[in-house]
Amino acid sequence: MFESCSDPSALHGLGWLLCYLTTGKQIMFYGSFGIVLILLAVTAPVALIFGFGGALAARSSAAPLRFLGRGYIAMVRGVPDIIFFLFVPIAMDQGLEYLKSRAVCPDPGPAWTGNEFHVCASAKIPLGTAPQFYHEAYGFALAVVAFSIVYGAFAANVLFGAMQAVPRAQLETAEAYGMTRAQVNRRVLIPQMWAYAIPGLSNLWMILIKATPLLFLLGIEDIVYWARELGATKSSIYAYPHPDWRLYYFLVLLVFYLVMTKLSEIVLARINRRLAFGQATAAGEALRKADA
Amino acid sequence: MSCIQTIADYGLRSIGIGERLLPRSDFTMCQQFTLIGSGMIWNLYFGILALLAGFFLATTLAVAKNSDRAIFRKPAEWFIFLFRGSPLFIQFFLAYEAFAMLPRAGFPILGITVATDWITRAWAGALIVLFFNTSAYAAEIFYGALRSVPKGDMEAADAYGMTGWTKFRRVTWPTMLRLGWPSYTNEAIFLFHATTLVFFSGFPAFRQEGDALYYAKYFADKTFNPFIPYPIAAFYFILLTLCVIAVFGVINRRLNRHLPQESRERFRFRPQIIR
Repeated sequence: MFESCSDPSALHGLGWLLCYLTTGKQIMFYGSFGIVLILLAVTAPVALIFGFGGALAARSSAAPLRFLGRGYIAMVRGVPDIIFFLFVPIAMDQGLEYLKSRAVCPDPGPAWTGNEFHVCASAKIPLGTAPQFYHEAYGFALAVVAFSIVYGAFAANVLFGAMQAVPRAQLETAEAYGMTRAQVNRRVLIPQMWAYAIPGLSNLWMILIKATPLLFLLGIEDIVYWARELGATKSSIYAYPHPDWRLYYFLVLLVFYLVMTKLSEIVLARINRRLAFGQATAAGEALRKADA
Repeated sequence: MSCIQTIADYGLRSIGIGERLLPRSDFTMCQQFTLIGSGMIWNLYFGILALLAGFFLATTLAVAKNSDRAIFRKPAEWFIFLFRGSPLFIQFFLAYEAFAMLPRAGFPILGITVATDWITRAWAGALIVLFFNTSAYAAEIFYGALRSVPKGDMEAADAYGMTGWTKFRRVTWPTMLRLGWPSYTNEAIFLFHATTLVFFSGFPAFRQEGDALYYAKYFADKTFNPFIPYPIAAFYFILLTLCVIAVFGVINRRLNRHLPQESRERFRFRPQIIR
């Protein structure tokens, strides 16, 4: 990057460190923090939509839909989330390739034979000839889906509880005005639900932040991948030899996450305060008393 | 090979008893159930020991955090923030790297050499991390409970002339446990779930002796079929979760036995304490 970095072996001290910290690999390490932030930015709204669907389904008057919604909420209670992270991407990948093979392969045999999963070359997603970027993007998309499904179930649990917490009298009043079920949901239930849902959703955000290193398990080149890669002992055949520095790289990650959670705590506390304003809840009451 | 034979060979494989080689081809349902079930021994080991040891550290931390004296409060606050504010996954990696940096040959202390190789192994190293982690999460729960011990209960204790340790042991502590127990049940469930991370996070599985998810992934990688091993692992964990809820429910009933039926707080699933 810098002119002086052309011959690393001649460097020492701070100059060496400066050059080391600006190598191409290091820049990719810094970039991978962006991947974490993108994952958070994409997953949070998608999970919220999943959760919304799940919670509404669980409250539905149609029995099959209700069972589906309740089953989705119950899913995360007994099973570790890591099982879903390992299961969902590979199951989705195989499912999609299987469906595509039915459509495009000239003679699709059974896909799962013995110890192999096999579809014809034209049914691969993405195609074997596709550029590397597509493979990485596809892997990342599967990871986002896995995260959204799992955290959508958590969100559904929170939103379902919040919908149950809206005073029954409010809904009955709306019904007495002759509103249909959909109208009651749209005009009364959903606007009032947020005040009860926000504390739970704040927790969920913190959970989501702390779940991001699991991207590593899905084979994404995230911060954990780079920390292991760059921190490992580099012998003298490398331009910048150094002993095992993984401890320091992981310390950097630890600080990153601590800062992220601390910042989120501060921002969420403000949002909570704002949303509690004027609400008929204990938090709203406390605000009223503080003002008076 | 009959299923009984498989269970005899692989039932205790995860702790190094039985057949040495893992099955390599022609995987049967019986083999998958047996090996994944065998791996649950590790999940139980980590979960139970970390919970038992963590309970005491958590109580200490909660009391320290509730203290008026900064010298007790500050360290407890920092400990809780450190372990609750960062992902368990990163903690495992960090701890492993830190333990691996200890001198191989051991420390000479007072003429005796203290060995250090055991601490980089999962059974000890990961247990230490889980112990600290669950202590921090449980401490926050107990701290919250401690803050909501009814004032009247404390005043009643004062009126009986109780002070210090007697008051804590007879009034404050039982009430704290009673109030915090439903949340603590959640913590226990998620601790057991968190034990699946151990063998995916730096700690190597010695001689392929791993936990339930380690074997589930082994089968999924070998058969390219995720639809059998992962649901089996999920099945075992649902059973484990039900057992945890049952055991903690019994304790909850005992803690609340002096209260009328309807004023007892029931267990509710709240995922705020996942790592």
